[in-house]
Formats: sequence, C-alpha cells, structure tokens
Amino acid sequence: MEFLDALLKGMSFDVMMGLLGNGLIMTSKIFIVTLIGSLPLGVVIALARMSKFKPLSWLAQLYISILRGTPLMLQLMAIMFGPYYLFGLQMGPDWKFMACYIGFILNYAAYFAEIYRSGIQSIPQGQYEAASVLGYTRAQTFMKIVLPQVIKRILPAMGNEIITLVKDTSLAFVLGIMEMFTQAKAIAASQVSMLPYVVAALIYWVCCLVIEFILNRVEKKLDYYHD
Amino acid sequence: MTNAVVKLEHARKSFGDNEVLKDISLTVSKGDVLAIIGPSGGGKSTLLRCLTMLETLDAGSLSYGDLSVTTTDAQGRAVYGGADVIREAKTRFGLVFQSFNLFPHYTVLKNVTDALICVQKMPKDAALARGRELLAKMGLSGKEDMVPCDLSGGQQQRVAIARALAMNPDVLYFDEPTSALDPELTREVLKVIRELAAERMTMVIVTHEMSFARDVADQLIFMDGGVIVEQGRASDVINNPEHERTKAFLSNYQQG
Repeated sequence: MEFLDALLKGMSFDVMMGLLGNGLIMTSKIFIVTLIGSLPLGVVIALARMSKFKPLSWLAQLYISILRGTPLMLQLMAIMFGPYYLFGLQMGPDWKFMACYIGFILNYAAYFAEIYRSGIQSIPQGQYEAASVLGYTRAQTFMKIVLPQVIKRILPAMGNEIITLVKDTSLAFVLGIMEMFTQAKAIAASQVSMLPYVVAALIYWVCCLVIEFILNRVEKKLDYYHD
Repeated sequence: MTNAVVKLEHARKSFGDNEVLKDISLTVSKGDVLAIIGPSGGGKSTLLRCLTMLETLDAGSLSYGDLSVTTTDAQGRAVYGGADVIREAKTRFGLVFQSFNLFPHYTVLKNVTDALICVQKMPKDAALARGRELLAKMGLSGKEDMVPCDLSGGQQQRVAIARALAMNPDVLYFDEPTSALDPELTREVLKVIRELAAERMTMVIVTHEMSFARDVADQLIFMDGGVIVEQGRASDVINNPEHERTKAFLSNYQQG
C-alpha cells in the first residue's frame, strides 16, 4: 500500500478509502430511496398521463415536460432553497437530505412514467379483449395479464435509467451532501491527487456492473417466452 | 323460441357517421350452428363484437337466455345493465379470435385454467383437471407446460378454443378462426370445430370458408353493408342464393 500512500499528500490510502466508503453509503442511500419513491410514483403519473380525464392527463404531461426539460441540478437547488425564498421558511440543517431525496424522486418518476406508458401502450388491444371476454376484472387484467408483459418489455429501458441514476447521485454535491463524488473532490483538493477520482470512478463502475448483472439475470428469467 | 341462447333485436351501431349495423336481428337456439359470411367491412366483426360486449350497441336489445343485457330508454337507445349483469352475461359465451390472443406469458395449461380459477373461483385441482381434459380433446396432450410461442398457429388456436370452452359457455363465437392460418393448419382447426358441432355445441362462426360453413352450419347469414341480405338454411343459401349480391359474393369462391 505504500506506493498508493505516496500518491497522496499525508493522508494514508486506508483513510482515503474510509472517506470514500462513507461517501458510498450516502450515495447508496440516495440511490435506494430514489428507487423506492420514484418506481411507484411513476406508475401514478403514467396512469394520470393515460387518463381519459383530460385535465389530469394535461397536468401529468406538464409535470413530465418540466421535470425532463430542466436540469436535475437546478431542480435540486429549487427544492433546497425554494421554501426560504418563496415562503421565508427556515428549514433545519437536515433539510438538504430531504430536498435531495424529493428532487431525485420527482425527477426520476417523470422518466419512469414515460417508460411505463410506452410499455403499457405496447400491449396489443387483443390481450385486453381476451381478458374482458373471459370475465377478468379491470384490476385482474392489469395485474395478471398486462403488467407481467409490460415488465418484460420495459426492462432494458428501465436498466438504462437505473444505471444513469447511479452516476446522477453525484449531483447531490450541489446541496453539500457528502456522497462519494463530493468526498473524492474534497480529498483530491486537499491531497493534490487524482487518485480519489480514479478510485471513485472504479467504484461507480463496479456498482453499475453489479446492476447490469442483476438486470441480465432478470431478463434471462423472463426470456422463457416471446410474442 | 324459448330455447334461444342468444337473442339480438333491431341492433344498431355507428362509428361516427358510419352506420356499421343497421337494424340487425338474430336468434340462436340451443345446439344450433350459425355461420355468418360476407365481404370485409360488411359488419360481421362488429356484430360479433357487439354480441360479446367488446362494443356497445347504440340501439336495440341483447339477451342471453333469460338474462337481458340491455334495456331500451325513452329515446330508443340501448342501456346496458349493471356490472353484475355484464359479469353474468360474460359467463354465458366464449369468443375465439382471429389472432388467438392467448396470454403469451402463461403456459398452455394456465391459459386454459387461469380464468376458471380467478374468475369463476373453481378449486384449483378441479380447474387443472378440466384444463387437461379439454387440451386432450383438442389433441394437445403433452403441450400443457409449453408457452404459446412454442406452438404452431393451429395449435395456438386450439388452445384458444379450449380456453373458451373451459368456461362452459352456452354459446361459442368464432371470429374468422382460420384466417391467420395456412390451409394445413386451417384443416386441423376446422376439424375441432366440426367435432364440437357434432356434439351440438351452440356456435356462431364468422368465416370465409364456404364449404366448411355449408357442411357444419345449420343456419347461415349473409351480411353486407351493415344489413342481413339473406339468411336461411346454410346449404340452401350457399347452393342456391336468391339475392344478386349473395350470388356475386359466392361466385368468388369455388364450390367444393
């Protein structure tokens, strides 16, 4: 490890890894909370977007358009500072974490909603008709007939977004949250070294490899039929 | 006509300005096989879709046995019964589609039994036994655990027939069941339908297979332009059509 220590000014490699590890925990938190919040919220927005009640559909379209059409970094800042500048509210020191989670969830739900919609609309009308004639209720038709087929169809697109999310978590640095990229930047500055960036890049990549592996397994599992 | 399985009276249906069904009435009695023939766009499919409640009638009335699916309001429009009426009506018929519409993510056996279990609430063991029995009847023993995409079109259509039969319907509708199949696969599907006819299964079949219609159907309707142009005994209409329009249509088919 000594040749690695030599790449840093004073800080040992182990200490650096410890700091990056703390950052990785924060990164993972953002990643997991975002998925837990945005995966179901996306369903709600997709259903609203496809609603026959036009005002609701327009509202969902506007939501999707704004959230996809402005930078996520800007959205994070708007949620972070909006309460103060708009309403004069003093938020506590932990607000930045809440703002981060809310921003990521709202943003990713917009993307997921459009993926869900594309999947749901790609299911042939004949599937609904067959289910209708057999007497399935609307809920049964969706849960048993449509949804399983949708999942298979949208998996590649979902994989794309989920992998993007791994790296997008680094945007939390604008809120001063010490996730892995922020940590790497801080160490790089204090140690005048590129090493933390290299290590951080490797960790991001390994995380994405794990996700790719899992997604491949799921795709294989759903490969027992095609249509 | 006390044994009418399905009765449609003065049915009208328009899509925008296009009136697709113009005052159609028909009755199918228990054990009857009714064939519906006619040119594309003549209203055959819409008629079947209205009978199976995939489309709603604008006017007229529809009943299955003693169950009135619709009533007529003061303006003469068809008003459908509540959810329980619709649910009950759907237990009385089955539909076999031109494009099969099997559930691709379910095995063959699950395609046939899933609605039995989760719609009709039949115990799982009984449903599976019934599913296997019907698949055997369709000549599909040994295919239970395959998925539809591993079967030929003819086999898929026979699964679809088994799926419809599983629900024990009073009448079985076929919407051009062999139009997506080559002649060889068509033969095997028609053979199954002939066997059902021999068992006096009540059926309504929209088809372009004239010799099949003549041999299997008791009654035949020729539809064009949203009206029933001619109807009668199947062999009479096909062998000796009365109307010019029917003659012109049938002359496109070689009598075989």
